[in-house]
Amino acid sequence: MPISVTNQDYGRIHLVADSRRQPLLASSVMGMLLFVLIEAMLFAGMISAYSIIRSGAMIWPPPDQPRLPIEETAINTAALMLSGLLLFVAHRRFRRDRARARTPLLLSMLLGAVFVVFQGVEWVALIREGFTLTSSSQGSFFYLIVGMHALHAVAALGVLAYVALRLQRGWLASSQLAAAEVFWYFVVGMWPIIYLVVYL
Amino acid sequence: MAETLTAASSHGEHAHGEMSFWSKYVFSTDHKVVGLQYMFTGIFMGLIGGFMAYAFRMQLAFPGVEVPGYGLVSPVDYNALVTNHGTIMIFWVAMPVLVAAFGNYLIPLMVGADDMVFPRLNRLSYQVFLLSAIVLICSFFVEGGGFGGAWTAYPPLSAQSQYNLTPLGSSLWLVAVGLEFVAFLIGGINFITTAMNSRAPGMKAYDIPMIVWMIVVASIMFMASVGPLLAGAVMLFMDQNIGTAFFDPDRGGDPILWQHLFWFFGHPEVYVVLLPATGLVADIITVFSRKKLFAYRTVLYTVFATGVLSFTVWAHHQFVAGIDPRMAHVFTVTTLLISIPIAEMMFVYIATLYGGSITLTTPMLWALAFIAEFLIGGVTGVFLGASGADIYFHDTYFVLAHFHYTFFPIAIIGFYAGISFWFPKMFGKMMNETLGKIHFWGTVIPFNLIFIPLFVLGASGQHRRIYDFSHFPNLSAPWQQDLRILATSALLVMLAFQSVFLVNFVWSLWKGRKAGKNPWKSNTLEWTAESPPPHGNWSELPTVYRGPYEYGVPGRDSDYWPQNEPN
Repeated sequence: MPISVTNQDYGRIHLVADSRRQPLLASSVMGMLLFVLIEAMLFAGMISAYSIIRSGAMIWPPPDQPRLPIEETAINTAALMLSGLLLFVAHRRFRRDRARARTPLLLSMLLGAVFVVFQGVEWVALIREGFTLTSSSQGSFFYLIVGMHALHAVAALGVLAYVALRLQRGWLASSQLAAAEVFWYFVVGMWPIIYLVVYL
Repeated sequence: MAETLTAASSHGEHAHGEMSFWSKYVFSTDHKVVGLQYMFTGIFMGLIGGFMAYAFRMQLAFPGVEVPGYGLVSPVDYNALVTNHGTIMIFWVAMPVLVAAFGNYLIPLMVGADDMVFPRLNRLSYQVFLLSAIVLICSFFVEGGGFGGAWTAYPPLSAQSQYNLTPLGSSLWLVAVGLEFVAFLIGGINFITTAMNSRAPGMKAYDIPMIVWMIVVASIMFMASVGPLLAGAVMLFMDQNIGTAFFDPDRGGDPILWQHLFWFFGHPEVYVVLLPATGLVADIITVFSRKKLFAYRTVLYTVFATGVLSFTVWAHHQFVAGIDPRMAHVFTVTTLLISIPIAEMMFVYIATLYGGSITLTTPMLWALAFIAEFLIGGVTGVFLGASGADIYFHDTYFVLAHFHYTFFPIAIIGFYAGISFWFPKMFGKMMNETLGKIHFWGTVIPFNLIFIPLFVLGASGQHRRIYDFSHFPNLSAPWQQDLRILATSALLVMLAFQSVFLVNFVWSLWKGRKAGKNPWKSNTLEWTAESPPPHGNWSELPTVYRGPYEYGVPGRDSDYWPQNEPN
């Protein structure tokens, strides 16, 4: 049966089959968790490759390379952590009173955007100092890993923006919020590992 | 369409109107259409891969001779042919046909769902896959030709175009492989979520047909293993095009690193394609021996064990690459360990056959051939897993014959077993048994005649990836050349017999006997739907009361007991 009825509340195709049992995890959350598993393994591959090259190098960091901005990035890391926390607050509020979820959600997105923009500013400064993708293997891995994380952060911010839009219009299902949360927590949770391994 | 309309209106939902050709067959979100799209694309790519094998086998048997239908095979051509033959057969034939085609077609039908959980993602998966196939085919026609750095793409051969001589082809190859992975990741998310969340009420974990379990486990393995290779592919692409030096030892990189990233994926990948094939063999042999699958739970735990172990064996591909010999010992042990669960599965299948009332239909013949041929592949793998023996066998035709004895049963025999079994469900017609059996013997006998000589040649020291053996006096004894000619002739016979399958396929579509709902008297849910099932599969979704393999239950009139019958 083509159950492609557009439900006004959700605006997506509804199938009958997954409404016939109460799954432990909503399909959207499970799908996002699987996606996160893939991406976690992607980062695991890059980070372990970095560790192998680093431990095999005679001198590390390579000579004539500028120092990475550890302190500034620590502040930026805190901003990202706070953003994750605010999303959790938004989740708690959403369960009781949908309207009150809006402020923490928007603040969370704002802090996430600040993180991405600050990373961009940092990159520009580093490139000016002669730290580029091809200047050394440290540079190659730095831009590869941090860039891949930034890509995920931007994508996840897009998902959060979509969620915020649906919340505004009153169309947001709790499973959709949960799926977006899984993605953003992944971005937030991945970052301290990258900070520890790549910056320190 | 008539059934679709009644089905829809019976649910009080508004119905689809008549769908145009495009929305029904090309941009459909229906899991069955997506599955068939994957299958036909896979068959088409298989024809290309087979043609490549024909061209380079002709060069090996008759060096320097103009190959009919191809022309002269130059050394650069030869490299591109062997590279893309391997790539196509694994990533564009085995994966789409076994995992994507059967997974898409069967999972919703076998778990009693009306479609995948994410139908539009499913369509996107096929579209990305099609794009990847187009990119790969385009790479043959760019300047320098298709990628010629072997399907494992080891740097520096793959990273630097002065070595592989295919500057554009190698980048396009990487892009194509990357897109193909993205396609299967999207598909895999669908498979797992559907099998977990959309099962019919009453279908508990141990009531799921084996092939569904196996495709789910294979998808999880694929997802968990492909990340490092995707990372490696990005790094290799940057090495090729941006001037980074991830894999260049002169500038602080490490070429062995690629091998680890590649094989961390590459070895689980073997099991990713093996599991769906063993799963469909389980479903076929139970039907045609009218007997319950021996030790369902044990098989399932074995599958999980295989999945976990397969992540710990990858470095057995690198015994001679300069890894620490102590590490080689560890990987020898894990590699020999993984042969235990696989051997156990084969024993379970033989135990299932024991005492059954066996009917040798075409699908059953293919399933039995799978067990027999795969066992040869598995047994020869033990020699290669032991690091001491592998030093001598490494990169010889012994390795080549070994993995063809695993991949051919998986990809080709597994596909023919599956398609001859589910053809009635897919198209509503029976395939011709006589033609099917001619095709079976015409494929399996030549297959052995191709690769047994290659085992012998490999043991005599014949190295892989050599364009013309007449340049090597130790490898060009007359008996060796005779064996090469034997292998190539057997390949020609085997390729010729594939036309029997194509004729049978088209003829059965046209003139085949009507199949009805359940021609094999099988228990699983897909056989309770119409053949072919309409969009949405059932007018009323089924409920499940028992496991999938209740054949020949004592005290019942009929020897099968469909999963959806209350008693």
